[in-house]
Amino acid sequence: MSIYLDYQSACPVDPRAVEFAGRYLAEDFGNPSALHATGLAAKAVVEEAREKVARLINAEGPSTIIFTGSATEANNLAIHGTAARNAGAGKQLLASAIEHISVLNPLKYLQKTGFSLSLVPVDASGLLDLEALKGQVSPETVLTSVQYGSSEIGTVQPIKEIAEIVHSGARYLHVDATAAAGKIPIDVQRDSIDLLTISSNDLYGPQGAGALYVRPGVRLQPVSFGGGQERGLRPGTENLFAIAGLGEAARLAGQELEAEGSRLKGMRDRLIGEILKIEQSHLTGHPQRRLPHHASFRFSRIEGESILLTLDAMFGIQVSTGSACSSRTLEPSHVLLAIGLKHEEAHGSMVMTLGKRNSQDEVPAIVEAVEKTVQRLRAMSPL
Amino acid sequence: MAQIGYSKKVMEHFMNPHNVGVIENPDGYGQVGNPVCGDLMEIFITVKDDRIDDIKFRTFGCGSAIAVSSMVTDMAKGRTLDEAMKISRNDVAEELGGLPPQKLHCSNLGADALHAAIKDYWVKIGKIKPEEAKPEEEAASEGEACGTE
Repeated sequence: MSIYLDYQSACPVDPRAVEFAGRYLAEDFGNPSALHATGLAAKAVVEEAREKVARLINAEGPSTIIFTGSATEANNLAIHGTAARNAGAGKQLLASAIEHISVLNPLKYLQKTGFSLSLVPVDASGLLDLEALKGQVSPETVLTSVQYGSSEIGTVQPIKEIAEIVHSGARYLHVDATAAAGKIPIDVQRDSIDLLTISSNDLYGPQGAGALYVRPGVRLQPVSFGGGQERGLRPGTENLFAIAGLGEAARLAGQELEAEGSRLKGMRDRLIGEILKIEQSHLTGHPQRRLPHHASFRFSRIEGESILLTLDAMFGIQVSTGSACSSRTLEPSHVLLAIGLKHEEAHGSMVMTLGKRNSQDEVPAIVEAVEKTVQRLRAMSPL
Repeated sequence: MAQIGYSKKVMEHFMNPHNVGVIENPDGYGQVGNPVCGDLMEIFITVKDDRIDDIKFRTFGCGSAIAVSSMVTDMAKGRTLDEAMKISRNDVAEELGGLPPQKLHCSNLGADALHAAIKDYWVKIGKIKPEEAKPEEEAASEGEACGTE
C-alpha cells in the first residue's frame, strides 16, 4: 500500500492532458515561428494554450500570458524583468518573509547590484502584516512580491487588500501563485495583480512549462536574449508538448476547481482534526485561510526527517518536511522561522499536500500511521 | 521507495535500532548535540572488568542520527573502554555503508556521545579529572552554525 501526500513537490500529469498534448511530441510537431503549414499549426496550439491559461485567472486576454520553462523562470522574469526596466523609478524591492526561494534568491541577487530589499513580516499564522507593508511601501518601491498561497504552511494571503496597499504608493505587485493556481479561484483583474506566476506541474500539467501573467501596460525587460518568441520576453523555441499540456491542465483545473477543492477540503479538515488529537501536535499556518489541499503540522520532541522516513518505509505514506535535516544546508525552513517557531520547533515539521488520487477512505490509515510514527520516535527521544 | 540517499544499512538501523532505551543508575552517561541544531543524543553504559557490559541510547534527530546511535552502541558493546575510545566518527560512517555528505556530522555525534559516557565513568572512578572530560559538543546557540564543519 502506498499513499502519496506530496502533491506540492510533484503531481502526476493528468492523463487527459497527456492524451491531449501527446501528439505534439512526434506527430503534430512544428516550430511555431515557421510560416509553413506545420509551423502555423504549432503556433495555433500555443495560442490555444495561452487562451486556456488566461481564462483560468480571468486575465484581460491571451496576450497577457508569457510561457516559460518553469515557475522558477517565471519568478525570475517577473523580478529581474521589472527591476531592470523600472530602475529609473526607484530601487526598492519588497517581499513577504515567506516567499519561495525562487523569489527570494533573485531578490537577494538584485540586492548585490544596488537595489534595497525589505522583507515584510508575517504573523504566527503566516498572514502578511499589512501595517508593516503600509509602512514600507513608497514611490521608490518598484516591485512587491507576495505568494498567493504558501506551499509550506498553506496560508492564503488577502491579495486584493495587499494590491490596494501596494498600488497606493508603489509600482508593481508580483504574485507567486504556484501553489494556489487551480486550487482556489484566482481573478487577476478583481485583485489588481500586475504579474502572476503559474506552474504547469502544480496544475497536473507536464513539467517543463510555467507561465507569467503580465498585466497590459506593465513594463518588463527580457532576462535572456535570442529570437522574438513570447513577445521577446522569453526567447527560445517553444516546448510545444509542455505548453499544450499546461493549457489543457489549466482548462481542466478551472472546470473542476470547485468540486475538487471542496472534496479535498473535506479530507483536509478530517486529517487536521484527527492529527491534532495527538498530544503536543500543532497546526502550522492559518486554520481557515488555507489552501484546500494543504495540511501542515509540527510535533514536539521529534524530528521531521525521521517522521518522513518512518511514514515512508513503515507505512508507505509519503509526506514532506521543513526540517533542517532534510535540506542540503541543514537550516530549518525560513518560512517556519518567519512564523515565529524556534529552531527546535521547526525541526518537527510535517507537510501533507493532497491531490486527485487521494480519497477520504485513506484518512484512518494515514492518521493511524502518523500516531504510530510519533509514538515510535518519541519513545526513543531524550526530550 | 524514497530514502534520501541513505544506504540499506542506515535504513535497517533506522527502522530497527538496536540498544534503544535508558539504563537506571548507569556507570557512565554522555549527552551531546543540541535540539536547536535538530539532534540530541544520549548514551548510557555499564562497565564490568573494564569492558562495556551494557549500552543504551536515546536520540532526537534525523534518520542518520538514529542509525548512527544504533550502530555506535553495537560497535562499543563488549569492547574494552580503551578500544571503545578509539571508535571514530569515520569508523561509524564506514560501518553504515557511508552517509550523505551533509549527514556526516551525525556520525561525529555518535562517537562523541560514546566517548563522553566513557569519560564520565573515568571521572567517577577518579581515572581522569572532570575538566578532562569536556565533550566535543556542537554549537549551542541559535544563529551559530549547527553541525557543519
